[in-house]
Amino acid sequence: MTVWSVIGAGVAGLAVASELVERGAEVQVFDPAGPPGPHGCSWWAGGMLAPWCEFENAEEPVLRLGQQAIDWWAARTPVQRHGTLVVANRRDLPDLRRFGRRTEGFREVGAEIADLEPDLHGFSKGLLFEDEAHLDPRRALQDLYNALQDKGVTFHKRLAPTQLRNAIDCRGLHAREFLHDLRGVKGEMLVIRCPDVTLTRPVRLLHPRMPLYIVPRGDGIYMLGATMIEAEDSSRITARSMLELLSAAYALNPAFGEAEVLEIGVDLRPAFPDNLPRIRRLGHTIYANGLYRHGYLLAPALARGVADLALNNTHSEMVDEDRA
Amino acid sequence: MKQFYGVDLPNPLMLGTAQYPSPAILEQAFRASGAGVATVSLRREGAGGTGQAFWQMIADLDVLILPNTAGCHTVKEAVTTAHMAQEVFGTKWIKLEVIGHTDSLQPDVFALVEAARILTEDGFEVFPYTTEDLIVAERLLEAGCEVLMPWGAPIGSGRGLNNTYGLRAMRAEFSDIPLVVDAGIGLPSHAAAAMEMGYDAVLLNTAVARAGDPVAMAQAMMGAVNAGRMAHQADPIEARDMAEASTPVIGKAFLS
Repeated sequence: MTVWSVIGAGVAGLAVASELVERGAEVQVFDPAGPPGPHGCSWWAGGMLAPWCEFENAEEPVLRLGQQAIDWWAARTPVQRHGTLVVANRRDLPDLRRFGRRTEGFREVGAEIADLEPDLHGFSKGLLFEDEAHLDPRRALQDLYNALQDKGVTFHKRLAPTQLRNAIDCRGLHAREFLHDLRGVKGEMLVIRCPDVTLTRPVRLLHPRMPLYIVPRGDGIYMLGATMIEAEDSSRITARSMLELLSAAYALNPAFGEAEVLEIGVDLRPAFPDNLPRIRRLGHTIYANGLYRHGYLLAPALARGVADLALNNTHSEMVDEDRA
Repeated sequence: MKQFYGVDLPNPLMLGTAQYPSPAILEQAFRASGAGVATVSLRREGAGGTGQAFWQMIADLDVLILPNTAGCHTVKEAVTTAHMAQEVFGTKWIKLEVIGHTDSLQPDVFALVEAARILTEDGFEVFPYTTEDLIVAERLLEAGCEVLMPWGAPIGSGRGLNNTYGLRAMRAEFSDIPLVVDAGIGLPSHAAAAMEMGYDAVLLNTAVARAGDPVAMAQAMMGAVNAGRMAHQADPIEARDMAEASTPVIGKAFLS
């Protein structure tokens, strides 16, 4: 029986391994960094399953393929289905109108905001995307990892051997020497603790330059994200980014000013020029990459596409090159 | 068309490169519209040249690159950023932005003049983002600028030409200087209006990048600037208060 070697244990690699194993394939995973952790960019994700919101600034496949994600993840890890609330400061209300024009799957809310999120202050208008959901990315990675181990998948804490047959390269930006149109897009995020504020669902604060959001992780912990900068330096957060992220939280509720900053995350999202993921078969290796800011949203569709190609030789729309 | 520091532009549309949904759409917007100048923000997208992959895509567009100092609030920041831009892009051109007011992003014209003087002495060819103030414009020319870029409206506001009187006065006062309306354009009609006034080019970013279909909007903007320029060159009629029939009425059999 063919043994498939998945290289990279981030969200792409683990989702691909899960999909293959669940379809009866034999799989081993290589990652020199070991189990999921801060070395991978999916560790720093927001974990929003928000295809309708993301469509505001993304191509159509994100909306369509992203809708598969919620059920895929719910079968494997806890998923919170409370929707997404989009709000804007009074001066940015034109942005809220535009957001509504460009998206679907929401209803307008006004006074109801106070019932949905009693700790939000000063927002008279918003959009509620009821069908969206969110998960805890680190929990999700760990759940996939555990399930794979339970099913007998071996995790090798070392580099994959070269000349491997039946390899599936899910290494993100580390694979760029083979994927020349891949680039890194810098993202910065914060994890803060603020037990004084209770939010039930991800809240997006529209901002002229970037979509700022805050995702509740439970126990008064929140993830604040995320910048998108066309730079390939993941060494440090800038003061400007930190100010903008914290200002967004403060604008939602001034009590966030008392929050403790638990973590600062900086990493590079792997992205192709149209910011959509790709599956490429070159020789003995299938490359699955380019999840950009849609790691959790599009990993299920990516994993299905890889399994379709690897096991059935069928080409999903994500396959853009096949030179086996 | 006037030359910009000795360079002929292929057409009067300058496009920014920020905020597009993806680099692929950015590229299509440039290719479909044919815009000949791309402004790039070094400060926002990776200081120190760390955005190599993105810069390479911009370089591959094969258009003139006009780096900017967007986001700078002081002379020192702007001068440093300009020098970094020169290293990354290998051009003497710099669009000089020194922001003075947080909410309106109105330029700090005093710092602008000083930064323009320093950069000109350093050998840069400065495109200053300024207001329509005539005295400031005079000072910028004295500082060595050979192009002026007055705002139409605050950056990203899409309000069009807020002060057409001021922009007309500027055009009349500096008839020999290449003038570009920079910032505030929301619609093709705004861009056309600037060109009808005799401006030499229009620089915009948000109106295209944040449109639902950036590629179509870029093409619409190119149509508008070309229409506006042709109209200016065609010497438009003067507006008048009462009708003037375009066909003669005297001599017709029946006058109603």
